Amino acid sequence: MHWLQDLEEKARLIRRDIVTMIGAAGSGHPGGSLSAVEIVTALYFHIMRLDPQNPDWPDRDRFILSKGHAAPLLYAALAHRGYFRREELLTLRKLGSRLQGHPDRKSLPGVEMSTGSLGQGLSVANGIALAGRLDGRPYRVYVLLGDGELEEGMVWEAAMAAAHYKLDRVTAFIDHNGLQIDGPIREVLSPEPIAAKFRAFGWEVLTIDGHDFGQIIGAVEEAKKIKGRPTAIVAETVKGKGVGFMEHQVGWHGVAPKPEEVERALEELEGGKGRG
Amino acid sequence: MAKMATREAYGRALVELGREDERVVVLDADLSKSTKTEYFAREFPHRFFNMGIAEQNLMGTAAGLALCGKVPFASSFAIFATGRAFEQVRNSIAYPRLNVKIAASHAGITVGEDGASHQSVEDIALMRALPNMTVIVPADAVETRQAVFAAARHEGPVYLRLGRMGVPVLYYEDYRFQIGKAHRLRRGRDATILACGYMVTLALEAARNLEAEGLSVGVLNVSTIKPLDRQAVVEAARETGALVTAEEHSIIGGLGSAVAEVLAEEYPVPLRRVGLRDTFGESGSPEELLAKYGLSVANIEKNVREVLLQK
Repeated sequence: MHWLQDLEEKARLIRRDIVTMIGAAGSGHPGGSLSAVEIVTALYFHIMRLDPQNPDWPDRDRFILSKGHAAPLLYAALAHRGYFRREELLTLRKLGSRLQGHPDRKSLPGVEMSTGSLGQGLSVANGIALAGRLDGRPYRVYVLLGDGELEEGMVWEAAMAAAHYKLDRVTAFIDHNGLQIDGPIREVLSPEPIAAKFRAFGWEVLTIDGHDFGQIIGAVEEAKKIKGRPTAIVAETVKGKGVGFMEHQVGWHGVAPKPEEVERALEELEGGKGRG
Repeated sequence: MAKMATREAYGRALVELGREDERVVVLDADLSKSTKTEYFAREFPHRFFNMGIAEQNLMGTAAGLALCGKVPFASSFAIFATGRAFEQVRNSIAYPRLNVKIAASHAGITVGEDGASHQSVEDIALMRALPNMTVIVPADAVETRQAVFAAARHEGPVYLRLGRMGVPVLYYEDYRFQIGKAHRLRRGRDATILACGYMVTLALEAARNLEAEGLSVGVLNVSTIKPLDRQAVVEAARETGALVTAEEHSIIGGLGSAVAEVLAEEYPVPLRRVGLRDTFGESGSPEELLAKYGLSVANIEKNVREVLLQK
């Protein structure tokens, strides 16, 4: 299981970079970046067909970060995958940086779409999938949505359209960490039951442990076999995953760790401790 | 004079464009019979996507298609395309500078009987405020056809504002529309009317009537609201010393505002703005509404006479 160890090591390094870069920026969203690390790591280092040397390769698989506030996660994954140098991660959110607070497709290679205003990514993924079908290209489109993001009505317009147009090349991950800025999603405005909603909209739905690489990759393999309808993968996750004092904490949605907190987090994310 | 609605000219031009350019795809929100994208849908069913009554998703989908090199024309009524989906247009089209053409019909009060909910009087203001967005309001069928092709050639987001009502055909087929260039239809010495859309027709009539009174009034068709032809505005100000704008839109944020901004900064001369005066429309026939809200030949003439007193 060498590949699994490699992925886990990559996830650990990406978590370290997320904490470090948000700490250096003095602002950003650690909680929802950390909860989706395994999903994005699996996509960029195992699942998607990409060429970092040729980021516009027409047949590449696409990833749309609909929950654009997890930009630090996307940036860290892109840097580790070789789209740009890792040192640049420390420019996050600084004036003139290519690493904008939320992703900007015009500034950074590898960023497929500018996102940040919630609810818009799935529609964009649908458009990409329709274009792929028209052009007879083999690529697949992966989208990452937050669970709180599902409160946006536009997501359900897009869900309806993806099923109507039978976009089986679209796979949507739902980062089901259960928390949003103002509190637990069930208390703020419950989007539950999420799996049943997608099913009712005509989607194939799989529910997995979103921190388990085997399950993530297995679910995508299954999604690839499904013809005639899109797949939603509801990934059960922990907000702040990997940094003990951030886990399950609403308060770490959009607050940067102070220098001593960055240090504590990095200690926890040291290698060789048997942690993910 | 032959009449044709600009939406009709749009629908026909799209088919022509679609034959020439494989990249062109069209999206509509259950209004293809009204926006006239149905013609394209009939000829190119696989390149037409009816997105249902869901304009936000329509804009996002158009963005995704543009990301893959398609040239999407996204159509609905002006109020829904620019209002309902404003933030999608802003964040998923204008900000990432995607090559989406938002071609919206039923702009202004000539929508008529449907009333204020369907009469967009603020769409130019909304689209004009967006960085990267080009805003075009064609005056007739010939200019509309030209504008459709120009929009397709232009790399970047475009808003094309179209009307429901049949309007006179002003131009011969050899007319060449250019994005960012106002077209002088009539030279004058005393004042210039700067108009867009159907108001160009009324402006010409007003100028002819005023000529009978001994006034020499120029008419400029300002079909590109953004980027505005600043040079033409300043030239008109310099040559005639008094301007009147006319638009089927609120006087807040549209052509009148755009012209006022240029004058204030570059060449201040007296200006009057004809348009909706900070009000919504209502139900009625287009003719009744145009008269009631001052979008008339008589009111344009009145404003010319008034602006001349300020010279």
